[in-house]
Amino acid sequence: MSLFRNPFDPAARLSRGCSCGRHASQAEHDGMPAAGAEALQSRAVEGAVMRALFPQDDLRRRFIQAVGAGTALAAVSALFPLGAAREAFAQSSGPLEKPKLSVGFIPITCATPIIMAHPMGFYAKQGLDVSVVKTAGWALIRDKALSGEYDAAHMLSPMPLAISMGAGSNAVPWTMPAVENVNGQAITLSMRHKDRRDPKDWKGFKFAVPFDYSMHNYLLRYYLAEHGIDPDRDVQIRAVPPPEMVANLRADNIDGFLAPDPVNQRAVYDGVGFIHLLSREIWDGHPCCAFAASRAFVTGMPNTYQALLKAIIEATAYARDPAHRKEIAAAIATPNYLNQPVTVVEQVLTGTYADGLGNVRNVPERIDFDPFPWQSFAVWIMTQMKRWGQVKGDVDYAKIASEVFLATDAIKLMREAGLTPPESTSKSFSVMGKPFDPARPEEYIAGFAIRRT
Amino acid sequence: MRPDRPWAAPLLSLAILAALLLVWHALTRPEAGQAAVDPAYAALVGQAAAAGGQTPVPGPLDVARQMWLHLQDPFYDRGPNDKGVGVQLAYSLARVLSGYLLAALVAVPLGFLIGMSRTVYRALDPFIQVLKPISPLAWMPLALYTIRDAGVSAVFVIFICSVWPMLINTAFGVASVRQDWLNVARTLEVPRLRTALQVVLPAAAPTIMTGMRISIGIAWLVIVAAEMLIGGTGIGYFVWNEWNNLSIANIICAILLIGLVGMLLDAILARLARLVSYRE
Repeated sequence: MSLFRNPFDPAARLSRGCSCGRHASQAEHDGMPAAGAEALQSRAVEGAVMRALFPQDDLRRRFIQAVGAGTALAAVSALFPLGAAREAFAQSSGPLEKPKLSVGFIPITCATPIIMAHPMGFYAKQGLDVSVVKTAGWALIRDKALSGEYDAAHMLSPMPLAISMGAGSNAVPWTMPAVENVNGQAITLSMRHKDRRDPKDWKGFKFAVPFDYSMHNYLLRYYLAEHGIDPDRDVQIRAVPPPEMVANLRADNIDGFLAPDPVNQRAVYDGVGFIHLLSREIWDGHPCCAFAASRAFVTGMPNTYQALLKAIIEATAYARDPAHRKEIAAAIATPNYLNQPVTVVEQVLTGTYADGLGNVRNVPERIDFDPFPWQSFAVWIMTQMKRWGQVKGDVDYAKIASEVFLATDAIKLMREAGLTPPESTSKSFSVMGKPFDPARPEEYIAGFAIRRT
Repeated sequence: MRPDRPWAAPLLSLAILAALLLVWHALTRPEAGQAAVDPAYAALVGQAAAAGGQTPVPGPLDVARQMWLHLQDPFYDRGPNDKGVGVQLAYSLARVLSGYLLAALVAVPLGFLIGMSRTVYRALDPFIQVLKPISPLAWMPLALYTIRDAGVSAVFVIFICSVWPMLINTAFGVASVRQDWLNVARTLEVPRLRTALQVVLPAAAPTIMTGMRISIGIAWLVIVAAEMLIGGTGIGYFVWNEWNNLSIANIICAILLIGLVGMLLDAILARLARLVSYRE
């Protein structure tokens, strides 16, 4: 791939290059900081025009060497409206089928890219008029997305898998083109339990998770089971929508929760609970929430889908930079979006936070944003669905993972947003020290002592 | 009641209100005695948590302050998720009125037919008795799944909960029109349609109005719960959104406003009922 090479550079070759295609050589690829998305887009357009004018690369190089790059650019610009072509490409890959979109979200920091893309203009840049609509719970967001009231929605990453497999709803082909955030969850316990930090003492506890088909449910179950607590028999785990969790914790209705932020930080802010453990201590780099859309939307409105995904991926790339986090916190803490005190959101995004026990902790990796939908994440999620009896029978892990987690689109658009996508769509990782091999899911399930299979 | 002291009742009401406010104020006073905490930590948490406690329930002064803020600018609109309390109330009222009027359009004519015939009354009675006690919120998942539109589902839920009192009262009112009046109409050979409109309808009107008054009360009760479920707009969503923010002061403001609007709706229906009442 040689999409982003300067075609007016006589030394450059348009037919060979580094792994990402943006640089003349692999060494340059490794050493060079990523250029801005617009500059790369312009390069891609110029490259396409030059390739069309000079089908033989040798001829192009000899032409530029003979007249100089500046003259060549002027000459080609006179023949061909390069500026207009660059603009046309920057706007969109084609006319938008539906510029007015409705995207649902749950007011939690996981939705940061989806939310901030609105006040910070990432949607508008793609020519989209998106209204982001706050929604009361996961079941509702699923039903509104299924009914077509939302064109796309913020979901928990296991939800598109569950919807596609027909677990907990009718089977509808669903897709997950991008992950929103990694890490960013925590186990919060009621202040009453500040001296009972060992999970072995937690028998009889009542826990809340946001939804049955959530990373929170699987991570909490995993954590408890690793400490010898059977999540079905020794404790009670119930689904409570995130906004209602702190109220329930305060009323002593539950003993703790594994919840998305800002719920954990809000419990600390109000003196109701303390942060026992960040989810990154269970699995560093785990996915949490996702940007999801129906397969019908992806195939029926390809240009709109591309533009929307591009906005999300660019927003995610922006959110990734720790220097932008304070600005983002201020933009999304308003009543229109998260409706939380700014300091709560800021503590979550910057990772300098009060833990509820009188300490200020500094964990910059508390939450991070990485859009890439690793297919091995999907496989891990399905192993847990099977482990806890949410799905029965044989599961074609690899097939479902590749149909739902749309890695190829993410690779293409991440590249356009100036991010470096990974080389493969699968990676192995370990959860609480136990390695996971995505190629052998069944053996992985069989390796657990506490399971429902 | 003795008519010579008309100021006694309002005075007593005021005294009760003052007593309630005083008790509320006394119960929610912040506790004195601040625990010493690291200032860097205190800056990151709420005032109460910094002192080692929980954020308290707001007192009457906090609520009054919040209420004043809402009443100063009730109709602002800052995007789909942040609208003034007046706008939210208007959305709720629009939903309630559309569901309620639809229910009236269905229930009054249907109740009329049922009331005119004993056989139909008996035949439909079991259905009405089974459907009547179902909590309207139990319809919500079904409505969302089949109608596939949250706004219409909310209107449907209002419809389904306000249709029964009107239907039953209309049927009852029509069935219990005094036989003498019907006999007089028959003796005078008044056509059936004219009997229905000029004898039965005025005779049953007070009962029908009672049904409508019960219905509007129920509809206003249900809309708050329904909007907390479907979200988006309305005073129920406002309550949910402030719950999400754990802002109890705002929730108390909303509760007061819901009560006031409910009272207003009931007063309007009571005024209408007086217009159609008669003395035998």
